[in-house]
Amino acid sequence: MNVILENLDLFAGGYWRSVQICLFGLIGSLLLGAVVAASRVSPWPSLRLGGTSWVTVLRNCPLTVVLFFCAFGLPELGIRGSYWTFGILGLVLYTSAFVGEAIRAGVNAVPTGQIEAARSIGLTFTQSLRLVIGPQAVRSVVPPLGSVVIGMLKNSAIVGAFGVGGDLFSVSDRLTSAQGYPALPVLLGVLAGYLAITLPAGAVIAVLERRVAILR
Amino acid sequence: MSTMTDTPLYDVPGPRARRRARIGNLVAAAGLLLVAGLAAARLGRQGQWDSRLWSPLLNPGDAVFARVWDLLGQALGRTLLAASLAISLSLAIGVALCVARLTAGRWWRAVIGAVVQVLRGAPVVIMIYLSARVLPEYGVQLDGLWYVVIGEILRSGIAALPRGQGEAAAAIGLTRGQTLRTVLLPQAFRMMLPALISQIVVALKDTSLGFVIQWQETVRTANLLIQTLHNPIQMFLVVGAIFVLINHLLGRLAHRVEGRLSRSRVRTAHPGA
Repeated sequence: MNVILENLDLFAGGYWRSVQICLFGLIGSLLLGAVVAASRVSPWPSLRLGGTSWVTVLRNCPLTVVLFFCAFGLPELGIRGSYWTFGILGLVLYTSAFVGEAIRAGVNAVPTGQIEAARSIGLTFTQSLRLVIGPQAVRSVVPPLGSVVIGMLKNSAIVGAFGVGGDLFSVSDRLTSAQGYPALPVLLGVLAGYLAITLPAGAVIAVLERRVAILR
Repeated sequence: MSTMTDTPLYDVPGPRARRRARIGNLVAAAGLLLVAGLAAARLGRQGQWDSRLWSPLLNPGDAVFARVWDLLGQALGRTLLAASLAISLSLAIGVALCVARLTAGRWWRAVIGAVVQVLRGAPVVIMIYLSARVLPEYGVQLDGLWYVVIGEILRSGIAALPRGQGEAAAAIGLTRGQTLRTVLLPQAFRMMLPALISQIVVALKDTSLGFVIQWQETVRTANLLIQTLHNPIQMFLVVGAIFVLINHLLGRLAHRVEGRLSRSRVRTAHPGA
C-alpha cells in the first residue's frame, strides 16, 4: 500500500482527470442522446431512419473501434485534435446511441391513455410533449439512463487506456511499467479510484430513482 | 389507429398535417443527404476514395488481399473464441454464484452480494489489465467480470419468478436442491436467455479491449495492419462493419427469442383455455 501513499498526488491527479473524462462524456452524450431519441420518435420517416442507423451502428460497434476511428481516421480527413479530444468525442458518439435508446424507451413507457388524453383536450404535439409526456417520460427514463451512465463511467477507463494521458489508467501504467512498482497494489488503487466514481454515482442514481418514481 | 408510425404520439394526420410531414420529411432527408454528401466530398478531397486504400480489403485480386484477410480472419477467430469462452465460463460461475447466493446463510449472502457489487462497478478494461499484469500466465486474462454480471442476471431472473413456483415445488416434497434444479433454474434460464444473448454482444465488443495487453484480437490486428497499409479510415470502417453485422444479428436473435418466450408464457398461463 506504500506505493499509493508515496504517489498520492499522482493518484489524485489521475482520479481528477478520470472524473473530467466522465463529466465531459456525460454532458456530451446526454445532449447528443436527446437528439438521437428525438429523431427516433420523430414523425418524419427520413429522420427516424437516420436515428435508427445511428443507434444500430454505434451500439453494435466496439468502443475501441469508434475511438481508433476518431483518433486515426479523422486526422486523415484533415481534422486535427488531441487524443484527449478524440477520446471524449468517441466516448460521446458511442454513448449517445445508448442514451438515445434509454430516452426513447422512457417516452414509449408513458401510457397511451395519457397521450390520447393530452390530444383530446386539444394540446398540440409540442404542448403535449412538453406538458404531459415529457415530465412523465423523464421519470421512467431515470432507471435505464442510470445504467447507461454507469456503463459510460466504466467505459471512461477505456478512453484512459487508449492513451489520453494523466488519468487513473495511465498512472497505473506509468507506475508499473516505467517505475517498476509491483502491479497488484497499484492496480488495486486504480480499481478503488474507479469504484470511488461508479459506486457514488450508483448511489446518486438510486436516490434519484426513488425520488422520481411514480406508482402506476 | 396510427398504423404508419407505431407510436401513439400523434394522431392519424389530416391533409394539412400530411403535407407538413411530407415537407418536413423531405427537408430532413435533404439535410441527412447533404451531411453524407459533404462527408463523401471530404473523403474525396483528402484522397480517401483512392483504390490503393480500399483494394487490400475489398478487391480479391489485390496482391495483399489474401494475406490481410488471413490475418484478420485468424484474429476474428480469436475474438469469437474469447467471447464464447468468456460467456460459457461466466455462465457456469454465474449459476454457481447464484445458487450459492440463494442457498447460503445470511453472512455468505452478504459477502457474495458485496463481491458482485464491487465487480459490477469495476471497468472491464481495468480487470483485464489487472489479470494480465498480476497473473503472469496468459490465457486466463480475458474475463474476470462476466460471470458476476451473469450471476446478477441469473439472480434477477430467479427473483422475477412468481413466488408460488418455489412454494409449489416445496409442497410436492422436493428438497431445496431439487427445487432449484428442476423448477427454479430452468425457468430462470428461459427468462434470462434474451439477456444472455445480449451479454454475448457485450462480450464480443469487450474482447477488443485485449489491445491494452497487446493481445492480437481483431481490433489490435487492424491497428497493426494500418501501420503498413496506411488506411485507418477504410480499415476501421470494414472492421466496424463486421462487428456491427455480427452483433446486429445477435441482437435480433435475442429479440426473437424474447418474443417467443413471452408468447409461450402467455400460452402456459391459460392451460385450460
